[in-house]
Amino acid sequence: MELKTKVNAEDGNHDIIITREFDLPLELLFRAFSEPELIEQWMGTKVLKFEAKKHGSWEFEKTDAKGNVVLKTDGVIHEFIPNKKITRTFEMANTPFGVQLEATEFEKLTDDTSKVNMHVIYESVAQRDQVLKLPFAQGINWAHNRIQEILSKLK
Amino acid sequence: MNLRRDVFQAIADPTRRAILLLVASQALTAGAIASNFDTARPTVSKHLQILTECELLEQKQSGREIYYYINAKNMKQVADFIEPFRKMWDERFNTLETIMKKYKSKK
Repeated sequence: MELKTKVNAEDGNHDIIITREFDLPLELLFRAFSEPELIEQWMGTKVLKFEAKKHGSWEFEKTDAKGNVVLKTDGVIHEFIPNKKITRTFEMANTPFGVQLEATEFEKLTDDTSKVNMHVIYESVAQRDQVLKLPFAQGINWAHNRIQEILSKLK
Repeated sequence: MNLRRDVFQAIADPTRRAILLLVASQALTAGAIASNFDTARPTVSKHLQILTECELLEQKQSGREIYYYINAKNMKQVADFIEPFRKMWDERFNTLETIMKKYKSKK
């Protein structure tokens, strides 16, 4: 069975390419990436701010069951072309992982299918590899102490 | 001890994954690898032994030193530890697809 979501992270490079084809028309796919109430649903995060325009900024927040903030992510939107492309920066607040640049392109395949291509560029190979090593299997509900724990192991 | 090692067991351990990442960029001696961890040296040696037994690492003698490097044939194994990252995105995108399909029929 072919995998629906593909991740290409070549050894020694400082970027990742994530691709996925959807059984959704291009317009619906793009809305899922550009409307706060939809982003909240599939990302499982609270959208504090999402200015869908060039030079806009965005801010997401993830809370645990008790309402404690476990992860804050933010960045700026550099390019916002409806149904075509979103270029933004991404940073996890209070972590040493640095800033990553994300270029997300949307493509129509047929009237009912579409494709997304995310090109994520990190500051260095080491930074990319550290981010890849985060415990994704448990989702991104990491508490900061969990991140600290992993980082101290890497030292 | 001649247990046949399980590759998946080998890469399930975070220290061993970290070792693979270190060695992926350049061949290193056991000492150089151990200096990256707080773990006791014999523990790192044990990890190196397991990785070598399951052929993810190879040893090469260079003068008095033994260098460890990634077994190129088994590079696919290195790709395997991006699998959790891929799964995370796959799950998110599956949710996206489900939500948007409902959204479409509601309209």
